Amino acid sequence: MIEVSGLTKYYGAARAVYDLHFNIGEGQIVGFLGLNGAGKSTALKILAGYLLPTSGSVRIDGNDLLAEPEALRARIGYLPERPPLYPEMTVSDYLSYLGRLRGMKRAKVRERLPIVLDRTGLGSRANDAIDTLSLGFQKRVGIAQAIIHDPSLLILDEPISGLDPVQIVEMRELIKSLGGDHTILISSHILSEVEETCDYLLVLNEGELVASGTEEEVLASFTQSLRFEIAILGDFEKAGELLAAHPLVAAIEDGRVRADVGYWTVKLEDDSPAQLAQAIVEAGLGLHRLEPARGQLESAFLSLTGAGGLS
Amino acid sequence: MRAILLIASRELGALFRGTLGFVVIAGLLAAQGLVFQGIAMSGGEFRSSEVLEYFFRVSFGFTAAAGVLIAMRSVSLELREDTIVNLYTAPINEWQMVLGKWLAAFAFVLLFIALGGFMPLLIAVNGTINPGHLMSGYLGLVLVGAAAAAVGTFGSTLSKHQVLGGVLGGVIFGLLVVMWWVANKVDPPFSALLAYLAMYQKHFEDFGRGIIQSRSVVYYASIAFVALLGGRVVLGARRWR
Repeated sequence: MIEVSGLTKYYGAARAVYDLHFNIGEGQIVGFLGLNGAGKSTALKILAGYLLPTSGSVRIDGNDLLAEPEALRARIGYLPERPPLYPEMTVSDYLSYLGRLRGMKRAKVRERLPIVLDRTGLGSRANDAIDTLSLGFQKRVGIAQAIIHDPSLLILDEPISGLDPVQIVEMRELIKSLGGDHTILISSHILSEVEETCDYLLVLNEGELVASGTEEEVLASFTQSLRFEIAILGDFEKAGELLAAHPLVAAIEDGRVRADVGYWTVKLEDDSPAQLAQAIVEAGLGLHRLEPARGQLESAFLSLTGAGGLS
Repeated sequence: MRAILLIASRELGALFRGTLGFVVIAGLLAAQGLVFQGIAMSGGEFRSSEVLEYFFRVSFGFTAAAGVLIAMRSVSLELREDTIVNLYTAPINEWQMVLGKWLAAFAFVLLFIALGGFMPLLIAVNGTINPGHLMSGYLGLVLVGAAAAAVGTFGSTLSKHQVLGGVLGGVIFGLLVVMWWVANKVDPPFSALLAYLAMYQKHFEDFGRGIIQSRSVVYYASIAFVALLGGRVVLGARRWR
């Protein structure tokens, strides 16, 4: 659906994104991952038709965004980090205005409005002025404006920033529910969010694409010192000695006993825990669980972006 | 055209819901009324046509100020609040954006001009007014309003600070007004060129006297067009920033 080739953007002499190449298929939820200033927002602004690139091309369904910007913009919904709201307007007036601005007939807007209000949970606030809404509801209005014209491509820049935990869960559910109907690009520097929501990742660092693929593929591209959580039944001390002596284990980060089960967090030298599992079983211990540690993507991300010191 | 009207109607809605537009209109109308009272209704012996001419002279400056002050918020506020993204990501071009903004400001200026109509009415009550003179003068004011709103719109595209946008628009408009004095200080052929650009003496005074000059109509239309073209270029260039 989206083909990006050689996309580069300079702000004066400052490089924002450089030579991005990637393809995104229809119906995918794609996460743009990167630290602040990595170029995520700039890349999304270009894809939304808001900014023009210094060089490179963006094709959506085979059509060049730079050659036919107006036609393609009608098929894109964009929510910037700060929702572009007119505080004096009511929610329904605002959505109607943007629907019509994006080429919808009045009757079509009337038909679509209740669907969008229902989907974004704004039905009860439709006639409220936007400046009376909480930040969470304002973000919902932002999502609603991005989908009012039923775009095939939805671009969400940091959609959960500034939300409280309850609002984050609600927003995550909302985004997931939109996934079936739209191709979605989401930028975030909150790794857990991307892990939860996206099925494809693009990792940016200093404007360059440093990794891409599914979460597993991104992890596979960074296989050194992977962290695993292991639960072992049996003698805790013996298990500890086995792990410490095993050549595959680079480091033991944590170990504790709970209800006769020893729980360990270890760093492995490479991505082949099967050998370790075999060693545990052969030592007469019971292997209760062996799985990648939570936050593993975070480790990969910090290494890929060279920001390990920030964790 | 639909997009232009949509943008204009939203902008007008914001002007009617907000306070700035009404503060500008109320303040300028009060000042205009006081100046008109002081000059034209101060008890001297004047013919109705002379008083009407005074009215149009006075109204030139206030209409120009209204145009610039009302339009100065149009784009700059969208830039400041980042709502300009709504326009930039819509399937419309920069001409439609700038024309929509100008049209709303112009419509509000027309409201200002209409509300000032009580002054000619006072002249009509106390004397006699030639309808042709009245129409000519009002045509001049409408053209000044259109040009001022366009210059104000252009100024507002230059900065996200609306006061700065207003100052820039005001300076541009002011330069066009003082061009007459500048023309008197330089030698031909520049003096002729600068004199042609003089907004008030060269192109408005005749309207105020009841004379419609087609070249002046073209002049004001040209000023509006060039200002709007400038606004379109600036908005287009912002996509590259």
